[in-house]
Amino acid sequence: MCALRRLHRSVRTLRGSFTRGSLTCTAVTQWQPGRCGGLTFCQKLSTGGALRSDFLKDLGAQLAAAKKKAADSLPGSNWTPFEINPSLPPETADIVIVGGGVMGWSIAYWLKQKERFSKDMRVLVVERDPTYSQASTVLSAGGIRQQFSLLENIHLSLESADFMRNINEHLSVVNEDPVDLQFNQSGYLFLASEAVAHVMEQNYNTQRCAGAKVSLFSPQQVKEKFPWINTEGVALASYGLENEGWFDPWTLLNAFRRKAMSMGVIQCFGEVADFKHMKQVMMTKNGEQMERRTIKSVKVQMPNSLEYQPVDCALVVNAAGAFSGKLAELVGIGLDPKDSLAGFSVPVEPRKRYVYVVHCPDGPGLDSPFLIDYSGVYFRREGLGGNYICGVSPEEAEEPDTSNLEVDHQFFEDKVWPKLANRVPAFEELKVTSAWAGFYDYNTFDQNGIIGIHPLINNMYFATGFSGHGLQHSPAVGRAVAELILDGEFKTLDLSGLSFQRILMQEPMLERNIV
Amino acid sequence: MSAPLISLRRCCQRAAGLLVARRHWSSSSASPPSLVSRSLDFLAQRFYDVEALLNWKSRIGKDQLRKKNLYYGYTHKHYGPDIASAYYILNLGGGFRFVGQSEWFRADSRGKFNWDFLNYKDTPVEEVDMSHTIINYVGLSNLERQHLRTLKLQGCPEVDDWFLAGLHKFQDSLEELDISHCPRITVGGLAALRNLSHLKHLNVSSLPRISNPGLVIILLEEMLPQCQIRADGYDLSLPQAGREKSEERLEAER
Repeated sequence: MCALRRLHRSVRTLRGSFTRGSLTCTAVTQWQPGRCGGLTFCQKLSTGGALRSDFLKDLGAQLAAAKKKAADSLPGSNWTPFEINPSLPPETADIVIVGGGVMGWSIAYWLKQKERFSKDMRVLVVERDPTYSQASTVLSAGGIRQQFSLLENIHLSLESADFMRNINEHLSVVNEDPVDLQFNQSGYLFLASEAVAHVMEQNYNTQRCAGAKVSLFSPQQVKEKFPWINTEGVALASYGLENEGWFDPWTLLNAFRRKAMSMGVIQCFGEVADFKHMKQVMMTKNGEQMERRTIKSVKVQMPNSLEYQPVDCALVVNAAGAFSGKLAELVGIGLDPKDSLAGFSVPVEPRKRYVYVVHCPDGPGLDSPFLIDYSGVYFRREGLGGNYICGVSPEEAEEPDTSNLEVDHQFFEDKVWPKLANRVPAFEELKVTSAWAGFYDYNTFDQNGIIGIHPLINNMYFATGFSGHGLQHSPAVGRAVAELILDGEFKTLDLSGLSFQRILMQEPMLERNIV
Repeated sequence: MSAPLISLRRCCQRAAGLLVARRHWSSSSASPPSLVSRSLDFLAQRFYDVEALLNWKSRIGKDQLRKKNLYYGYTHKHYGPDIASAYYILNLGGGFRFVGQSEWFRADSRGKFNWDFLNYKDTPVEEVDMSHTIINYVGLSNLERQHLRTLKLQGCPEVDDWFLAGLHKFQDSLEELDISHCPRITVGGLAALRNLSHLKHLNVSSLPRISNPGLVIILLEEMLPQCQIRADGYDLSLPQAGREKSEERLEAER
């Protein structure tokens, strides 16, 4: 390295001598005593150094001035032959994870956790938003619940809650502060109407069998426990006793990132602009021709510049959340006509969801759970000062435009407030203090996560389409994907039901929601 | 020759930096670390073997904690759930009282205890005092019978929010709970106490990680209206008003 730098200097002085004859002298004299200076500097630590220090200081200042003058007078003075942009990703990596949200970093952490020798593989995480200002992770409500109907989802939640309980055993870094998730153990309260009460009862049985601590309440019991709820129209309620509540998503994301980077994962801010891939033509039994692709390298474009770097890689993990469908299109998935086998796309698209922060001094207190009404409206407490966040999922026909993250305040007046005030009369007198919008990675096929390898791409793994549950399932999904990559199969939790198979066979795995 | 000298000098500079408290900005650590731990920190950064030793020590500590809090499945199977919980409590250095008995079984300061509790098969435990022990969430599974009325957890370093959420299994019986001086409990965990609807006495004194104790205590009283809440050890006076008062007093003295 030192020799390289010396070479570089001499090249510069040579260039100087070619372009401006008058400079040659200064440039050369600058360099020669510079090396002596380096030697004498080391001697400064010995006892005889004090006498020389004045002389050396002068010389040093003169040298710096001469160097600056020489550098300024060169054409294109900032140019140096060996400088590279330090924020560029490495030229090769074993695994490239596209998407540096909580899912991407969780996968990176588990990959490193499972590798046998340290520095065994080089993992690169590419994130396009350095400030995470539009990342779905940090714009979510941050809840975790076990009240699902699919066994896979319940198990994912239980595992994730277990991970969060022992988060400092997993994600603490030596000599750094412990992770404080700010977990609120407040539970979820689902309210069901007469029409869906039987579904809730079935879900309750499934959840109890899977080991979740959930209990059913009658409307009278709800009234007793939460006197501020209007139980009109409620036939049954289910309430999570343990492992349910909400936490700070940013802390979880940062904890994953800090730990993964301390284990040697490389972070890069940039956008994946293209994939270089190889095609292999195959024939199906019916004689239909189809192409199987293998990704060779990922083209990472730097933010706000034309600079890019191709990264040769063995595997790509698509954890791009709402934009993973778009990412798959870059490899040519879903561009062919719909009816052919090669034409089936990744059914994930961004959906915009609004979250409103309201202030209501007379609202429910410390006992307020994460309430989800059968009308679809939800709310939870935010801090202790009478602030709440709430929202509702819009109807399929009224999906807002996803090109930006602007908030529609009329939507709150029309759709959220009436339902909210009907359920909790104290919210008649609320005041909206702020609002934000975030993207869901909405799986249009069955609103559940897609985990596994794509049948038409040899080396692209997917962990996407969680439709709003991605944050709470990220610890368990990260481990599952790492197992899939390193062991070739699911070891701790069998998630084969969530693979691409179901999309190919057109067998949706729908949640039996009460909402 | 020069390279080790330079590294030595750098070493000295860093040692000087150590004397300045490093974690002023962090909210989670309540007090600055002691000089011993800081110097150990420094040595661990400098020498791999010290780092390995420290890691080893923390691993052994964690392992011990895990082993002490294991589920007593064998005892449970052969002697029943009540003897298993009694044995667990005594092993950890706590004390308990059976239903219908007046005497307490306790481990002494050296961890020795009387084995007479084996005579009380199928008698549930009513009062448990686990103060200053290392009971954690996993160990809670050993206390499973629903007859527990009093639980004292004063100054337990491993009792956290998840532990409090796990107390819901005593929701029909627990009447008295003491979680004072527990260093890891936050507001998020206190919210889980809403499940304990039969609670009559609650002691939440001196919890170091509660940021607004006055507000939290009011909200707790609102959440558990039938419960008497004791909260000592918090400075609830208004700092501004206090200072003015003392100034007035000073002026009056003049």
